[in-house]
Amino acid sequence: MSKVSIGVVRFPGTNCDQDVFDAVADIELARPVWLWHKETNLQDVKGVVLAGGFSYGDYLRAGAIARFSPIMEEVIRFASDGGPVLGICNGFQILTEAELLPGALMRNNRLTFVCRPQRLRVEARDTPFTRRYAHRQIVSFPVAHAEGSFAADASVIERLEDEGRVVFRYVDERGGNGPDANPNGSMNDIAGVINKVGNVLGLMPHPDRAMHEMVGSADGRGIFEGLVETAA
Amino acid sequence: MTAQVEVHIQLKPGMLDPQGETLENALAAIGYQGVRGMRVGKWITFEIEADNPDTVEAQVDEMCSRLLANPIIERYEYQVTREAHT
Amino acid sequence: MTITLRDPEVTADVVAAHGITTDEYEQICTLLGRDPNLTELGVFSLMWSEHCGYKHSRARLADLPSSGPRVLQGPGENAGAIDIGDGLAIVFKMESHNHPSAVEPYQGAATGVGGILRDVFTMGARPIALLNSLRFGELDDPHVRYLFRHVVAGIGDYGNCVGVPTVGGEVVFDNAYRGNPLVNAMCVGLLAQDDLTRGFASGPGNAVYVLGASTGRDGIHGASLLASAELGDDTAESRPTVQVGDPFTEKLLLEATLELIGSGVVIGIQDMGAAGLTSSSSEMATRAGTGIELDISLVPRREPAMSAYEVLLSESQERMLVVADPHRESELMTIADKWDLPCTRIGSVTDDGVWRVFEGHDEVCAIPVEALTEAVPKYVREVEPPAYLAPLHAWSPDPGWLDDIDPLTALTTLIAAPSLANKRWVFEQYDHHVRTATVIGPGADAALLAIKGTKRGLALTIDGNGRYVYCDPYRGGALAVAEAARNLTAVGATPLAITDCLNFGNPEKDDIYYQFVEALRGVGDACRALDTPVVSGNVSFYNQSSAGAVYPTPTIGMIGLLQDIEKRVPPGRAAAGDRLLLVGADGAHLGGSSLLKEVLGQVTGRPPAVDFEAERTSAKAIRALNDAGLIGSCRDIGDGGLAVAAAELMFGLGADLGVELETSDDSDLHGVLFGEDSARYLVTVTDQDLVKATQLLAELEVMHRTCGRVVASAAYDIVGVGLVDRGTLEDLWRNAIPNAMQLSESNR
Repeated sequence: MSKVSIGVVRFPGTNCDQDVFDAVADIELARPVWLWHKETNLQDVKGVVLAGGFSYGDYLRAGAIARFSPIMEEVIRFASDGGPVLGICNGFQILTEAELLPGALMRNNRLTFVCRPQRLRVEARDTPFTRRYAHRQIVSFPVAHAEGSFAADASVIERLEDEGRVVFRYVDERGGNGPDANPNGSMNDIAGVINKVGNVLGLMPHPDRAMHEMVGSADGRGIFEGLVETAA
Repeated sequence: MTAQVEVHIQLKPGMLDPQGETLENALAAIGYQGVRGMRVGKWITFEIEADNPDTVEAQVDEMCSRLLANPIIERYEYQVTREAHT
Repeated sequence: MTITLRDPEVTADVVAAHGITTDEYEQICTLLGRDPNLTELGVFSLMWSEHCGYKHSRARLADLPSSGPRVLQGPGENAGAIDIGDGLAIVFKMESHNHPSAVEPYQGAATGVGGILRDVFTMGARPIALLNSLRFGELDDPHVRYLFRHVVAGIGDYGNCVGVPTVGGEVVFDNAYRGNPLVNAMCVGLLAQDDLTRGFASGPGNAVYVLGASTGRDGIHGASLLASAELGDDTAESRPTVQVGDPFTEKLLLEATLELIGSGVVIGIQDMGAAGLTSSSSEMATRAGTGIELDISLVPRREPAMSAYEVLLSESQERMLVVADPHRESELMTIADKWDLPCTRIGSVTDDGVWRVFEGHDEVCAIPVEALTEAVPKYVREVEPPAYLAPLHAWSPDPGWLDDIDPLTALTTLIAAPSLANKRWVFEQYDHHVRTATVIGPGADAALLAIKGTKRGLALTIDGNGRYVYCDPYRGGALAVAEAARNLTAVGATPLAITDCLNFGNPEKDDIYYQFVEALRGVGDACRALDTPVVSGNVSFYNQSSAGAVYPTPTIGMIGLLQDIEKRVPPGRAAAGDRLLLVGADGAHLGGSSLLKEVLGQVTGRPPAVDFEAERTSAKAIRALNDAGLIGSCRDIGDGGLAVAAAELMFGLGADLGVELETSDDSDLHGVLFGEDSARYLVTVTDQDLVKATQLLAELEVMHRTCGRVVASAAYDIVGVGLVDRGTLEDLWRNAIPNAMQLSESNR
């Protein structure tokens, strides 16, 4: 059986590109493919991941400049044709700037970068990315960002909640909504959301950093397995 | 009385402004040619209660130099508009 | 001496203002066979400054051990390199950015990280980790809080953006550093040994390029004046020279540099650090025994009307000097274009041994290369021990002097002192996971990284204790190395080599020079005894303010290797019923200790001597216990002694667990709990393994005793003394720094 190609986009300043590439390569049946921001050819990949980092230094607003890269026109077309697209951290920020996902990621409420292991609750498992998880499973992915506070109009938040499009929510060590749950001030403790059609997911925490118990968690594998399974 | 204050802060001339340079290049990349000398700053507005209008400017200047701006790398300008606010 | 004026601007006052003595000026004239012009004078003033030329330290640094079977590159290059097997090498170095951080903490710290990253990737290595060692005044001062917050943010924002994890470090607060913080950054890189690249301007006829950012007036005179003059209260005057870091450009420069080196197009490459274009070009020519010719009118500039002097001495960040075969220029340009970086040919390598600079057709400098590098004066002098030491060394406690100090109160005070408290407030601002190799991150004795594609683990630590060095420079220097080695041993690794950053006051003062010479002797002896050569480093002098010099603070960055990462000693692997085992002797030594400083407010006494044999034996014992699979968790015993080590060990355990600590009979209680004697570790072993472990220790002839157990109640209990609730203790430890940082700050 031939391997499923998954594109990993590199913008200038992307710095989790190798981590995502390795994570994809770790999934049986998947083959990671580099996609350079200046290109306009997705090389027939079956899924696309926008990795974390600081594209264009996060200058102006995180993701604001990368969104205009030549490759993004193709990613937008791929997404509108129903192809699965996953944005992690800076990738999530780019997806909101590109209006593939609603809302915006604002500066953390504590005003500093935050890097720590983070528990999340899987709120929706009927997505291509979360089918491997149990309903309301608690997982641990690290967070590492300075602009991760998800914000949107009250009506948008309400719609996201009603439509079950909040895919991951921050929780505390005990799986509850205590004061330590939310690392950045996100509305409704939102960590990740999906588009209406259900093929574009963005999340701030890093499943790519949760691929092996040795580095603290292997909970992130499920997302990549789901992506590859969907893309196949 | 209440005074309206506007503060503009920018990196000093000659200081490297990485954000300005990156934005300039990005604009060129999406087709806006001829953009030069882009500097990114901050614009801060607030109101201040002032018993003595003469001291407001001195106070704002001190606020700028002690906290709002970093005089080591940034320059600032401010404008104080005195208007009775109800 | 008569000054024949080749350049009417060079007057005796101008010479003095450049920090050049009359003797030095005469030497310069002899080397040139004439008087220098103003630009040349500026060039000499930087290259002969302490910061670039190491004139007060170079002769002494030569006494440090710097060779060994694993050393691939010792001092003298951009960074040192060590063979770790499998054809791989580790490149690492530490550098200070103290003075820039005192002037502008955010940019000062950020550009410090930028500089050390470039030193590593210019060798062809991909940076895989950053560490840092920081010193500030006490946090009750609003300006100290301002410096601390912005230094941490500057370090974090730069490293985070470039995508290199900051995996460890140390922060110490003491009023000795109030007017002059220390910001030392260390970078560690990994590469295939075949890719090791050096800063050689070889092959006359080869072309010289500047790659990266354009040149502005940043940091002009920064290197010589900032790093070689004491900080008075008028630091505002040096403001226009502040350099601004651009981590985004750095990331592009990193990728472009590694790609260029991988392509084989690079003959030599060097970061433009202190003294920018001048030092990078002259050092590269010196190493290769060549000359170099530059036309500075070709250097891309950010500002109009820059003089030759300014272009040559600018410290604009994120620039590299590249030597390449001009026939391969198109390959070079293709890679630079790919990463959107300007790359400009500005000169060529020559064979006449002269550093020659043109501005268009006009020759502005012509200096023998070696006059700028090898001919830097080396000052050595013999000095007597400073008068302050004798009373400190005569100190001995009166009998019963500590009777009033309740051990539990002392412990809670120590745990809540910002220097010993939890540093989560700091390290959560650093990305310590990126690159997905961080197996043990910040907060443990040492960090541990997986080396992907192998079974190996790389252990990293950074350590130093200025108070010890102040109280006894020789012992303090040796203790810094010994403590670093213990840090690595505690995670299961074997120490391999060090980099050092030597932070001292004004070396022209005898007291300071004595501290420097003796501390270095201590570092050197410890490195020889523990088999950890010094492969790179940096000297930072003139760390003083109007309040006086900082504590003499050599910081040691050490790397170690774990052949099988599965054999690491993770933090917090213990269960109720496990036994605590003290490996090494009971403590007794309180001179220079944290107990004296944090609890009694005294800095006095002599720190413990380092028994190198005991260090080797106890480290060997820890590795033997670990190889036999007997160790649950392990902490080395350092600041605050056994009592603090036991508390730290407890904080790493499950929240429902506590410890019971047994003091030995008939000995001095405070010494046992808080003594900082070296060569000691606290480990946990299961009850069943206790006999095996103690037998092994007895065979190795290592002193040890069981000193308590892990218990199922969340309390810290000193048997026979009393107990304190774990939650109370842990809250003090966790919240000391966040609470202090909630107070207001001031940038003045």
